[in-house]
Amino acid sequence: MDSITPSNLFKDEAPVRGVGRAEDWKYKVFSYLLLTLIALTMIVPFIWMLSTSVKPESEILRRNLFPVEPTMDNYTEVINETDLPLWYKNSFIVAVICTVSVAFFDALAGFVFAKYEFPGKRPIFIAFLSSLMVPTEMLLIPWFIMSSNPPIPAGGTWVDTYWGIAFPGVITAAGIFLMRQFMQGVPDELLDAGRIDGVSEFGLFWRVAVPLSLPAIGALSIFTFLGNWNAFIWPLIATTRSEMFTLPVGIQQFSSEAQTPWNLIMTGASLSVIPLMIVVIIFQRYIIEGIALTGLKG
Amino acid sequence: MRPWHLTLARRKIVWAYIFLAIPIVFFAYIRIYPALFAFQMSLYDYNPLSAEQPYVGFENYEKLWSELGKRKSPTKAAFQNTINYVLLGVPVQLCLALAVALMLNEIRFLSTIYRILFFLPFVTSTIAIAWVFRMLYQPRFGLFNVVLQLLSLPQQPFLNSPQQALPSVLALVIWQGMGFAVIIFLAGLKQIPRTYYEAAEVDGASRWHTFRYITLPLLNPSIVYLLVLQTISFLRMFAPVVAMTEQGRGGPLDATTTVVLRVYREAFQSFNMGYASSLTVALFAMILGVTIIQLSVTSRRIN
Repeated sequence: MDSITPSNLFKDEAPVRGVGRAEDWKYKVFSYLLLTLIALTMIVPFIWMLSTSVKPESEILRRNLFPVEPTMDNYTEVINETDLPLWYKNSFIVAVICTVSVAFFDALAGFVFAKYEFPGKRPIFIAFLSSLMVPTEMLLIPWFIMSSNPPIPAGGTWVDTYWGIAFPGVITAAGIFLMRQFMQGVPDELLDAGRIDGVSEFGLFWRVAVPLSLPAIGALSIFTFLGNWNAFIWPLIATTRSEMFTLPVGIQQFSSEAQTPWNLIMTGASLSVIPLMIVVIIFQRYIIEGIALTGLKG
Repeated sequence: MRPWHLTLARRKIVWAYIFLAIPIVFFAYIRIYPALFAFQMSLYDYNPLSAEQPYVGFENYEKLWSELGKRKSPTKAAFQNTINYVLLGVPVQLCLALAVALMLNEIRFLSTIYRILFFLPFVTSTIAIAWVFRMLYQPRFGLFNVVLQLLSLPQQPFLNSPQQALPSVLALVIWQGMGFAVIIFLAGLKQIPRTYYEAAEVDGASRWHTFRYITLPLLNPSIVYLLVLQTISFLRMFAPVVAMTEQGRGGPLDATTTVVLRVYREAFQSFNMGYASSLTVALFAMILGVTIIQLSVTSRRIN
């Protein structure tokens, strides 16, 4: 023992400790059992989804969890005979547009609010943040009217265009707030040194602030991508032609026929969920830390 | 041309506005103006299919009020259900998540794997997973009824019954959102200094006392944050109901319909956009109320 402190002094003496340990052991076993049970309920729906997606049509209404004769027919049917490959492409394009734009503009605005003093800074910042209080549902109808009769191109329409699906999400107030919090940690001395060396103000953002904020920009980008990939209500309103649907809208439309094609819906759901799941598992640490960070700040 | 005749402070102001130009235009035109427009529309009989959009004053709100006063109306059902979703969903979800977080907080082995598993539903598409649950709820071949049969329990109609449909939809939403709350709680638990627990142990405090007098009060910020966030998200419920009900109508017999689903159907299926706007104003008022309660609770804590 290298030093005697009150805490390790108690550790060796207190008899409570021993009782506590025995209790701890039971508590842990109980925790593991319960957690495993809950974890099972978390994965069973996904297993059901995957197993249905490889079931032949004749087995759908049977009660077996796993297919007797697994087949990839549903996948070939969904890919060759529905618009799902297009929905996939559309979802991807919209999510990428929003993610790139959010990463750039939210970081830039966050940088300005963190590192610049200018008249009107507070009212502008408050105006941005107050938009968080207005639920997007309130804006759907105005957005729709705007999309049907947009300023650019005059007489044109944003309905059934990528821009029309993406525009509500290209800059986010929450992201600006997050980036501002993070950019406040960029040292002013570093920026001033850059100014003396003749670096432009944009250069300071791009070559000093952005590299120092990559973890936050990364987390924000992942959330933005996920959010837009899964977005439903606005894409549902902003698209009318099947070729322009995003994945969630497309999957919802599968059911419009009289009989529910369960195997095709489960195949579409699997295709929508699995790639993202892999991404999430790879980046889980950043995602979980990012969420925890917003929770602690909030 | 480089504005060299400006002082450094002036130049920084100019650049700040240049950098903010696009975000300012975005917020003004895509966020703030449409919000004001929604208020304005709620005072008109706005129908995009008709030639005229007459000003009707508060008629839409009067209609909303009379619908709410009727014994039975789709709008009344929507508001009642939405409140039920909040009152049932938020406490159940938060209690479950807190229990899971407390257990996860004390284990090492496999804890990352559990965290990922609990978290996966949260990042999957609601529409996709709601369809999976809809299949699980089916009579005859759905997993839940298969399990009930294995346990020799009576079969249940779930989504087909006006009584069971709302809890069935709610189960999916609780299931999907729990992982998020777990992560927030875990982050909150990490903030509590270990010394408090050591002191409690020395004093011989029971597990329940430690939880009641140390964990719960110190977790208060996380609890308030989640209460507000989850209440707002339950108030805005839409996608799960669309995916899990016949034709996305919020049935059977309006048993699962929500305010946002009502807004969608009035605005984009019946094109009563003025009336639908008054519904969104009501939704806004509800969310504003929750936010104001949060602000007063939070500031009281600081005082």
